Amino acid sequence: MGDSQYSFSLTTFSPSGKLVQIEHALTAVGSGQTSLGIKAANGVVIATEKKLPSILVDETSVQKIQILTPNIGVVYSGMGPDFRVLVRKSRKQAEQYHRLYKEPIPVTQLVRETAAVMQEFTQSGGVRPFGVSLLVAGFDDKGPQLYQVDPSGSYFSWKASAMGKNVSNAKTFLEKRYTEDMELDDAVHTAILTLKEGFEGQISSKNIEIGIISADKKFRVLTPAEIDDYLAEVE
Amino acid sequence: MSIFEYNGSALVAMVGKNCFAIASDRRLGVQLQTIATDFQRIYQIHDRLFIGISGLATDAQTLYQRLVFRHKLYELREERNMKPETFASLVSALLYEKRFGPYFCQPVIAGLGDEDKPFICTTDAIGAKELAKDFVVAGSASESLYGACEAMFKPDLEPEELFETVSQALQASFDRDCLSGWGGHVYVVTPTEVKERILKGRMD
Repeated sequence: MGDSQYSFSLTTFSPSGKLVQIEHALTAVGSGQTSLGIKAANGVVIATEKKLPSILVDETSVQKIQILTPNIGVVYSGMGPDFRVLVRKSRKQAEQYHRLYKEPIPVTQLVRETAAVMQEFTQSGGVRPFGVSLLVAGFDDKGPQLYQVDPSGSYFSWKASAMGKNVSNAKTFLEKRYTEDMELDDAVHTAILTLKEGFEGQISSKNIEIGIISADKKFRVLTPAEIDDYLAEVE
Repeated sequence: MSIFEYNGSALVAMVGKNCFAIASDRRLGVQLQTIATDFQRIYQIHDRLFIGISGLATDAQTLYQRLVFRHKLYELREERNMKPETFASLVSALLYEKRFGPYFCQPVIAGLGDEDKPFICTTDAIGAKELAKDFVVAGSASESLYGACEAMFKPDLEPEELFETVSQALQASFDRDCLSGWGGHVYVVTPTEVKERILKGRMD
């Protein structure tokens, strides 16, 4: 591997102008479980696979979609433990904003702060970049919003996006299915269908997670029973 | 004598119909000696948000500079103006930071919020917010201002009537206070315009 002598320090560019450690982080994300998000006209949905290492694991103990503030939720592809660190930092940031301004943090601001943390971990000593990409779904004064944040600290606003294994297939699928005027329920259906496309095995309420936020500005993770209802509608 | 009354000041804000007025006196003194008669106590934060700072003038200016700094950063970061409610929380937080060595100021905040709803509020020197629907007062003339405002205030005044009311209240009050006066400075803010007027009163 020609780049290997440059792959130790995070702050060293390879001659071709790459930061190899960040590329490795992206690889870690790319081999993680598929997650996706769709912004509808009246809300946002995020969804993910929840493949567990053994059937003996209690699936109710795993929560891949987390709430950051009452109106912002997040899901990841990549390394679970790294995700928890980011969730903790983001929640703290949101709380600090609220303490200062007595106003819920806007989605853009929270995404920017989270991205800033991820950027910092690409330039500091003694740390490694985060092995996760995030999909942040929120609803504020500016309406429904969906952001993706990458290990490099770059972030984008999407109408629909996917990450993890099968990204390219999932994105092609979303490109075909996506329409601007889609309602939240349709978006949930599309999300399930997209997950189904690249899913190994039988999809069920136990091996996927879905989080939605609609105009009531309350983010919530769907219960297995609700997911079952959606699955029945899709078939 | 209290440090809050070292320089002397009179500040008042009143709510009208889809508008508000904020007014102050123009005197800067050192105890009983007058130093300036064109002192600026009310500052404009953005198009429809004002803050008046009563109390020790040096602290008032420093506090104002810090608020402008924080507000400019907020505008750059969030690409929007601050809501009056949000600004009030910022002022409160900034003051409480200095809980055990406070700025000797009592600010009055007045602004138009979403849907042109007027907002007025004041805080004490360590940032305890006090919200009001009608009027708020501050400064060495605050006691007489309370009386004058309570007697003169009527709800839902139009901008011109509001100007008259707030000016009369202010003038009547600082004539009863030897540390403030020497003319007044009145802003009347409507959704479409900001009217600024200088009042002459008893200039002695």
